[in-house]
Amino acid sequence: MTPQINPFIIFFASIITSNMVLSNFLGMCSFISVSNEFKTASGLGKAVTLVMVFTTVINYVVYQYIVLPLGLEYLRYVVFIIVIAASVQIIELAMDRFLPELHIKLGIFLPLITVNCAILGISLFMVIRNYNFWQSLLFGLGSGLGWWLAISTLAAIREKTGKSKIPQGLVGPGLTFIIIGLMALAFMGFSGIFVIQ
Amino acid sequence: MGNNIKTVFYRNLWGENPVIRQILGICSALAVTNRTVNSLVMGVGLMFVTAFSSLTLSALREHIPDRIRMIVQTLVIAAYVIIVDIFIKANLPEISKALGPYVGLIITNCIIMGRAEAFARKNPPVISFFDGLFAGIGYTVILLGIALIREILGFGTVFGFNINFIDFTKWTIMVVPPGAFFMIAIFIWIAAGIQNRRLKKKEAK
Repeated sequence: MTPQINPFIIFFASIITSNMVLSNFLGMCSFISVSNEFKTASGLGKAVTLVMVFTTVINYVVYQYIVLPLGLEYLRYVVFIIVIAASVQIIELAMDRFLPELHIKLGIFLPLITVNCAILGISLFMVIRNYNFWQSLLFGLGSGLGWWLAISTLAAIREKTGKSKIPQGLVGPGLTFIIIGLMALAFMGFSGIFVIQ
Repeated sequence: MGNNIKTVFYRNLWGENPVIRQILGICSALAVTNRTVNSLVMGVGLMFVTAFSSLTLSALREHIPDRIRMIVQTLVIAAYVIIVDIFIKANLPEISKALGPYVGLIITNCIIMGRAEAFARKNPPVISFFDGLFAGIGYTVILLGIALIREILGFGTVFGFNINFIDFTKWTIMVVPPGAFFMIAIFIWIAAGIQNRRLKKKEAK
């Protein structure tokens, strides 16, 4: 059943060694398309972290106390998607009401996040690995921070490569993937420090 | 451009190939390509989902209000993904374990949403069905190409069969995540290179 791992180990591992995007390939689409500019990338990273923590907690509660007792495991995809879409809406409304400045900064990213597969992926990993509440919470938070770290780093590197001379066929996505590959290698250097799964 | 089967076929397999030209559906393309068997199962699953969700959404296209079409699309896709997930779990339990959450993540795979938005919304059901099917084939072909290279170099096997009569040192980098990124970069590079050369030839004429 629930694996006996200290939640804090899960937290650090999901930032570094099992980074969502660099080792699990989740959230690639927006990772590639929104990493041209450091400022926007960092904004999206913040928004993803926020939504990820929220949805992981809500999905955990919904899954444990509604879906499981009713025996509706096969409907979990639909349930998770609806929860994610709804919580993105609620976060947007709440932000608009209470933190209008933050809403102006992050608002444009929120709808994008509904279809970010990292968010759904986190909830699915949580179910597959049987995490308990604290493990899920720190797993969501760590994964969000890891995603933020990765996209800001990539954007910072891409801003520099924009000015360099590279083969024509590599311009755009080709070079981006090579950069991501090198980043993934660098992050792999930490492996062995924390182990989860 | 007309919308007969031939142009749809060409467009989805090369001109607008979802993976290497539009850079869609990359998550799963990278995650499941360490073994050819996994990629094949994933590809066929995705083909099924794109084809039938395009068919369904196209048949319903006049009845879905524009405002809520995103959520309708997601629900239709989710329904087909559940079918695929249950099927794989029942018949191929080992592969289901290896694929992990990535079958469920077909729901948020941008290829399917992309086809539904760009094609099925405006075209009749039959041609939408083929459009979805060919987009799935375009995805599967690229996946198999990447997986074949990664599996041969990384494990020394093809579809799980040993080919160790050719003796060489296994490339560990092909098994780990960075290998996937480098392989897909090479594929994109080749595709972009060919396309650039064609464009130049056209301009020269």
